[in-house]
Amino acid sequence: MPMIVDRRLDGRNKSAVNRQRLMRRYRVQIKKAVSEAVSKRSITDTDSGERINIPAKDVSEPVIHHGPAGRRETVHPGNKEFNTGDRIKRPPKKKAGGKSGAGQAADSGQGEDDFEFVISKEEYLDILFEELALPNLVKTKLARQAADNVVRAGFSSTGVPVNLNLPRTMRRAKGRKIAAIGAFAKRKQKLQEELDDEQANEPVDLDKVAELREAITRLTTKIETVPFIDTYDLKFNQFVRRPKPVTQAVMFCVMDVSGSMTEPIKEIAKRFFMLLYMFLARSYDKTDVVFIRHHTSAKEVDEEEFFTSRETGGTIVSSALKLTREIIDERFPIDDWNIYVAQASDGDNWEADSSVCSALLIEHIMPHLQYYAYVEIHDHDHQLLWTEYEKVKTRFDTFAMKQISGPDEIFPVFHELFKRRET
Amino acid sequence: MTAVMAHSVTDPAERKKRLISSESDWTFNLIERYNEEIHRIATEVYGLDCYPVQLEIISSEQMMDAYASVGMPIGYNHWSFGKQFLTTEKNYKRGAMNLAYEIVINSNPCIAYLMEENTLTMQALVIAHAAYGHNSFFKGNYLFKTWTDAEAIIDYLIFAKHYVRECEEKYGEETVELVIDSCHALMNFGVDHYKRRNTPLENEQFVQSDRERILQHHIDDLWRRLSVADDTEQQSDTERIPQEPQENILYFLEKNAPLLEPWQREIVRIVRKIAQYFYAQKQTQVMNEGWACFWHYTILNHMYDEGLINESSMLEFLQSHTNVVFQPSYDSDFYSGISPYALGYNMMMDIKRICDAPTAEDRRWFPDIAGSNWRETLDFAMRNFKDESFIAQFLSPKLMRDFHLFAILDDDAENTMEISAIHDDDGYQNLRRKLSTQYDLSYAVPNLQVYEIDHRGDRTLTLRHYQDLRRPLSDNTDEVLKHLYRLWGFKVQIETVDEDDSTSITYRCPTGSEEDK
Repeated sequence: MPMIVDRRLDGRNKSAVNRQRLMRRYRVQIKKAVSEAVSKRSITDTDSGERINIPAKDVSEPVIHHGPAGRRETVHPGNKEFNTGDRIKRPPKKKAGGKSGAGQAADSGQGEDDFEFVISKEEYLDILFEELALPNLVKTKLARQAADNVVRAGFSSTGVPVNLNLPRTMRRAKGRKIAAIGAFAKRKQKLQEELDDEQANEPVDLDKVAELREAITRLTTKIETVPFIDTYDLKFNQFVRRPKPVTQAVMFCVMDVSGSMTEPIKEIAKRFFMLLYMFLARSYDKTDVVFIRHHTSAKEVDEEEFFTSRETGGTIVSSALKLTREIIDERFPIDDWNIYVAQASDGDNWEADSSVCSALLIEHIMPHLQYYAYVEIHDHDHQLLWTEYEKVKTRFDTFAMKQISGPDEIFPVFHELFKRRET
Repeated sequence: MTAVMAHSVTDPAERKKRLISSESDWTFNLIERYNEEIHRIATEVYGLDCYPVQLEIISSEQMMDAYASVGMPIGYNHWSFGKQFLTTEKNYKRGAMNLAYEIVINSNPCIAYLMEENTLTMQALVIAHAAYGHNSFFKGNYLFKTWTDAEAIIDYLIFAKHYVRECEEKYGEETVELVIDSCHALMNFGVDHYKRRNTPLENEQFVQSDRERILQHHIDDLWRRLSVADDTEQQSDTERIPQEPQENILYFLEKNAPLLEPWQREIVRIVRKIAQYFYAQKQTQVMNEGWACFWHYTILNHMYDEGLINESSMLEFLQSHTNVVFQPSYDSDFYSGISPYALGYNMMMDIKRICDAPTAEDRRWFPDIAGSNWRETLDFAMRNFKDESFIAQFLSPKLMRDFHLFAILDDDAENTMEISAIHDDDGYQNLRRKLSTQYDLSYAVPNLQVYEIDHRGDRTLTLRHYQDLRRPLSDNTDEVLKHLYRLWGFKVQIETVDEDDSTSITYRCPTGSEEDK
């Protein structure tokens, strides 16, 4: 007799292995597609997955078949207007299901379209941040335990008097007393009634009365020895200290917009900021971004203005650092915020200002930061600012600096800046 | 359907009594009842000879998995199946593809998948189509009989999957993947077209280890012979290896490639075996689908006539059926060649018509079958033909007219294309021959054969491409050649023999520049 088998509970993801293999095989292409996607997204858009396009030729599995030339004859249905011997023009190539060689096209399976598939948000970010972890994240967590929160954590039977929970303690005491005294009290009451009856009778049996009185006294003593409050009744409010979760981060994007910063340089800078943002957004519940642009003076602006408008003039980096410090003081108390600064520049600075910058960083900024990432985008020799920053770097692990010269170096640089650190 | 109409139950009360269910949701009991009836109708009423049936209920994801592994119930792991899966998933999610239709495994018992989302009527359709239509085709058609082992295929696939996994563990996923990639590239040239080697698939795991040893021995022998000393050189000069050109490139590599490890040979063999298994299906698409469609149509109509299913089921069925056998015309946006379902189904129906009610034209064209018993004639056709010969034999002028078939000749030596035949008196024969050729795999796949190995020199492997109708090899031939090079281990080249019998080397791997590196 035919068998009917319910396979629905068998593994559903039979193809998962094969999908993973595909992803592994096209790692390079997928990474590239992801990197390209970054430049098209707004800096704060990290919530969606990504459509990955891999050029058809890369994923194609080559098979030998007939090429499109030579003499070929195909049969088609649906003739309306043709008669034997008619001559017709070749249809333009690439029209799917066109007249020319449709039969061939069907069995060769040679589509022109890219191979496209969607990766989830998680996969997208994983690929982007592969092998990366927030620098010093673990360290920070440990360090942050100083800023603990005290939270209620139920009750305990030991504690300091100030935490005594009176209602609970009294309730327990009462319960205990009822339990301990109950039987005695009942007997006492009964004896008392007997005594009353005895005394009402004439003549009074004095012996009996004395006997009863004695019994009542004995019971009263017993009752009185039950303590009003026993240590057993005590209940204390319990508090535990929990490390205060700092689940928010702020990221300062600091960029030089003086005349020397060209569009391509800014484009590179944008990607750098974007990557940092995405990285933070992934690690924190909430990530704020502050955009500070500067030439000779610094200004806080919105994203749009940050990347688009241009200014000319000289460069004083310290102006931006000062502003960063002010904004931190004003709006981002260091107990509540993890603070990251990313600075992009072409390395130009007014000579006399560079030492001011390093001093400012060392004394006023670096101690409060989780991380400071500095990229210099150019391909000529370093100027004074670089040398001064190197001094900062020797003092702080959390300071990173790097030079890049083209868009293709962004990712590797980013990668290196945030390389998983041994903690 | 005259014979069937006689049994037709028309009395409403009687029909009500016979009706299996008016529900649209299926249950296991209902599927069982339907299957019993379909089985009875298929085998007892119409005499179909089938393998035992195993119906498997699966979810849509599982159906996509099954699609992705090209219908193999158990497949070794490879990225290309992942690609297939993603493509399927994308199309399905877009709604561009209906999964309702069947996947059926040519095995004994014959496994047919029923998707849980389908309505009861659709399940009936799939059971009739796949579990009895395709099933009887697998069992009866000569190609399947000759080339496939329904008894052993599942075991073989399990063996293959395990073997590949073991190799992956031993040699690394990526190493194994490279070999499989190369084999896939040559899969089209990994089948025997004419004679079957006498190697049943059974007990593969037991003989496999023996084979490794024997094969290696054979190869050592071959190459020892090739490097013989001078005194026999003259003799070996005249001897060409292989003595005859060989069409099965994968087979040739498995047996003769000098550098392959035993496990690599085994993988070549696995891919080759699977290619061979699917080869019969490739050659009988039109017939196989046509046969299955014909039977689901006939069986469901019979069920309706017996009162087993009601009007609303019938309407639902007919709607699906019509979609399946629909043929868009060449200028339609939906056109992607002639649908094997449409052509096959209509040809089967047409044969039945020719048997039952032949016209004068039919008698002229089909004197043998006009007026014969349609059951016997169809059965004969199913058993003894493949698409190419089936069309050449049975495509009637009436059907060519119904389909408005016409042929286009596209010669790149001309500026325009020519309409070389249409559905008229002068065109019928011509058109039929052309359509038949179109389904001839030896026309569709380039003629490429292992011609010679340079056993006195640098072991270059030469393939010969016998060019036909001036059609060149496709652009990605170079890529395929790289795969061939990987398997062979020494230089490979393709020598094209054009229609004037002049030969020239058209492809080489490695090319000169790569060699320098």
